[in-house]
Amino acid sequence: MGPVTEYLPLLLLGLATTLKLAVSTAVLGLILGLLLALAKLSRHGWLSRPAYWVTNFLRGIPEFLVLLVIYFGGTQMLGQVFGDRAPDISPFFAGLAALTLVFGSYASETFRAAFQSVPKGQIEAGRAYGFSAWQCFRYIQLPQIWRVAIPGLGNLWQGSVKDTALVSVIGLDDVMRKAQQAAQSTREPFTFYLVASLMFLIITLVSMWIIAKAEKRASRGMPGAR
Amino acid sequence: MQIFADLFQRYGFDLLSGTWLTVQLVAISAVLGLCLAIPVALARLSENRLVAGLASGYSLFFRGTPLLVQIFLVYYGLGQFDFVRSSFLWPVLREAYVCALITFVLNTAAYSGEIVRGGILAVPKGEIEAARACGMAMAKTYRLVILPRAFSICLPAYSNEVIILMKGTSLASTITLLELTGVARLAASATYQPIQVFVIAGVIYYLLTLLISWIFRLLEARYNRYITQAR
Repeated sequence: MGPVTEYLPLLLLGLATTLKLAVSTAVLGLILGLLLALAKLSRHGWLSRPAYWVTNFLRGIPEFLVLLVIYFGGTQMLGQVFGDRAPDISPFFAGLAALTLVFGSYASETFRAAFQSVPKGQIEAGRAYGFSAWQCFRYIQLPQIWRVAIPGLGNLWQGSVKDTALVSVIGLDDVMRKAQQAAQSTREPFTFYLVASLMFLIITLVSMWIIAKAEKRASRGMPGAR
Repeated sequence: MQIFADLFQRYGFDLLSGTWLTVQLVAISAVLGLCLAIPVALARLSENRLVAGLASGYSLFFRGTPLLVQIFLVYYGLGQFDFVRSSFLWPVLREAYVCALITFVLNTAAYSGEIVRGGILAVPKGEIEAARACGMAMAKTYRLVILPRAFSICLPAYSNEVIILMKGTSLASTITLLELTGVARLAASATYQPIQVFVIAGVIYYLLTLLISWIFRLLEARYNRYITQAR
């Protein structure tokens, strides 16, 4: 246990980076997912069709590849625009952009299904009472979609936390990379990767508990709610 | 377009062999993973608390931690132990290919085990009772009634799992394997054209995704044909 206690502060520092990336991804991903879902449900084909194309493609390729395209491709593009004085893309920003795109693509499907689960009659009733389209969205649809969407979004969050580990490959100083450094200097790779995996396991377990609470809260007042 | 033509000329063969390695990894892991998933699911449903506890611990670990950590644990981690290094298996366990396969099988078996468990629980009680009433032993009921029924119930969810597995195989490139992502990474750094190269790789992955869902649609049509006929 000696080397583990020695490197624990370093690993915890990495854990903070991991959590920061995961939470920022979730917040931006939820917004992107909501916007993409609205685009998909739009009456206008020029808006809904590209939304389907992009999200279907992003859901069909590895998250790791999305990350590589954004990190190395972004550097290539900036190089072409700014020449030698091109700014570097930070691993954190590339990771955030890639994971947000992936999270948003999956979330858009969850939100779309959730919006469609709200009965049409309620919106018609809202419009008949003089609600604007925005008011119908804000006061009738939005409060109701969470009950349907939370289980799916919870799974996305769990997946997205685990995907943050990929960003260590392009050099983000997260738990994974700190574990790698500790493993190399102590020559105890199994010990440190196990510690890193236990940290992820703890995040997963705590998230499970919070998601269960949120699910219960979102479906309060529903007949037959668990 | 000229760029793409040049890339295909220089790296077409490498990309093809990378794709073949990806397909291999997916196919072998999916088959072995499913074989392991059935005992895992049965263990999860066991009345023996120890067996059920061990199986759910296994399932929780592999579903609750990143695939990348699991690959590193197997590839870099196993060498830490002297008894592994001195065992006759070491020449095999040192291979990145074997380590990747072991990780993918263990990982997908944990996820598929949950799917199979759900499938078994979804088999209508009456069918099991009917089989028992006909005098089938429990083992025979499982073999002839429960597992085949669970299989067809699981198919749609399992097709998603295979697609996720396919996307996971891209991580094999982090332990030196030259599958599709590995080849693309090499080509990207050699040509300084990462966007073009990764877009080609992305299109190939997307085609593989379509292929997998097409195969499973055929399987579903075949194994659930009694349902379509009944309509």
